[in-house]
Amino acid sequence: MAATLLVVAEIADGHLTKLSAEIATFAAGLAAAGGGSAVGLVLDEAPQTGAQELAAYLPRVVSVASSALAGEVWAPHAAAEAHRLINEGVTHVLVGVTNDGRDVAGLLCGVLGWGILANASGASWEGDAIVVEATVLAGKTITRSIVDAPNAIVTVRAGAAEAAELPAPGAVETRAPADAPSVPAAAVLDRVAEAGAEVSLEEAKVVVVGGRGVGGAEGFGLVDELAALLGGVTGASRAAVDAGWIPYARQIGQTGKVVRPSLYLSLGVSGAMQHRAGMQGSQNVIAVNRDPDAPIAEIADLFVIGDLFEVGPALALELRARRGG
Amino acid sequence: MRILVMTKPVPDPAANAERLGPDLRLDRAASPTVVNGNDEYGLEAALQLVEAHGGEVAILTMAPTTGVETMRKALAMGAMRGVLVADDALAGADIPTTIRVLAAAAATQEFDLLLGGLDTSDGAGGAVTAGVAARLGLPLLSAAAKIEPDQAAGTVRVQRLSAKGYDLLEAPMPAVVSCTQALGTPRYPSLKGIMAARSRQITTLTLADLGADLAPAGGQWPSRVLGTLPPPSRAAGRLVTGAPADQAREIADYLAERRII
Repeated sequence: MAATLLVVAEIADGHLTKLSAEIATFAAGLAAAGGGSAVGLVLDEAPQTGAQELAAYLPRVVSVASSALAGEVWAPHAAAEAHRLINEGVTHVLVGVTNDGRDVAGLLCGVLGWGILANASGASWEGDAIVVEATVLAGKTITRSIVDAPNAIVTVRAGAAEAAELPAPGAVETRAPADAPSVPAAAVLDRVAEAGAEVSLEEAKVVVVGGRGVGGAEGFGLVDELAALLGGVTGASRAAVDAGWIPYARQIGQTGKVVRPSLYLSLGVSGAMQHRAGMQGSQNVIAVNRDPDAPIAEIADLFVIGDLFEVGPALALELRARRGG
Repeated sequence: MRILVMTKPVPDPAANAERLGPDLRLDRAASPTVVNGNDEYGLEAALQLVEAHGGEVAILTMAPTTGVETMRKALAMGAMRGVLVADDALAGADIPTTIRVLAAAAATQEFDLLLGGLDTSDGAGGAVTAGVAARLGLPLLSAAAKIEPDQAAGTVRVQRLSAKGYDLLEAPMPAVVSCTQALGTPRYPSLKGIMAARSRQITTLTLADLGADLAPAGGQWPSRVLGTLPPPSRAAGRLVTGAPADQAREIADYLAERRII
């Protein structure tokens, strides 16, 4: 039986997320390689725009508008929609490695008992089973794992594919919501925006990261300044977050965000394995550190030995000079 | 307030010694074990809630019998008793099996809140806590940065980490909460806690006790690792020394060559 891959897409501020676009192309490629098909699901209060955007990458998109999402969490509803499509023949479900995506994966796994292939960065077929590559154990190893069954759930990391539009957009099919979720959905009483959390570290092209060496909350002023000059976003190591200098939302690493910017520039980050697990996919790594033995040196393209409070301001000056102001 | 916290023994990330064994499963002997970080944040939150509202914190672990050692660390923090599901048939258990077993074991306990980590530092699937909620038919409040139960109302509120800050969630109890580092730093066990942990009860359950026949057909789980690849190697980097202004120029040149600036 040919596989049918379902991409459970995520919408932020009315638009398809970059990760969901990547997963769509990832799924389309995988489906083509296995002689199967791929379908997308967009579930939102107002899914129209996101569904059109997803149809640029997938031949078929199911768009579901649900007013329940105004006051309830998304994942149980998304799992219910996925379940309906599974009843119609979907064999594999792909979600992003995000809080919502992993909730959907877990809920579906609990309900269906399907195996999960987690944190995929690549995939292929072995018969009618998917084999994924995933970086594990804080970046020490890449595993090739299989769920040796005709059904599986795959959680997909950012960068698994580069989003590529189809020659012609796919068809968007509008549907009414499925029946109430089988798992009760918690109520959402409020959505609170916090200063400093509004930017997406995962999607930033440039990430400037402060670590323990930054020395305090004030020290992040320099990190912010360089981030602004480079058109980037400020991140932090766990040590800086644990010290309370910057919110957890900025943490990069195994227990924080996983970033893959074109430039990762760190100031005073030692680069423990747990941190590297969150940034080793970066294209260019520049690290400023006083300690010539800091482990970040092992993966830095440029390892700048010096005091970040001297190198940082000098770099800010240089960047300003080059942009002519 | 009765809180059950799922705690998984994982290789200590600080030891940086985790590896796969020849059977391509985690080599549990290669590294010292600790309670999984996100589970420990949940345990700390649970202890604080019980200190404030009264009640009991118990822990639930699925592990080989050696998992008892790691459970003692959680008991030393202040958990009052433990339930260990240990069965040789569970070696190498996959995610759906882990979910079924933990859900079946949790169902033998009475709780208002069932806490688990958002993910674990070894497997990093991030699906088990949600899966247990689904299996038990209980509401899931995920990615918690704060947990506030209201016993009189029989509800719990959770601040759930979002892309922009947090969403304030509410659900009736019993409920399942997945826990994050944003809950706050776990306490160190006190000497008194370590002493007390020795006498705290750990009940061991087997699959037979749970009435769950979950061993894989033919002795092989459908989910397994086929092989490994080395991580991509990076080209050797360049050392940048000298005066800060020269270093800054070299960085800027590097960025300009790559059209980043």
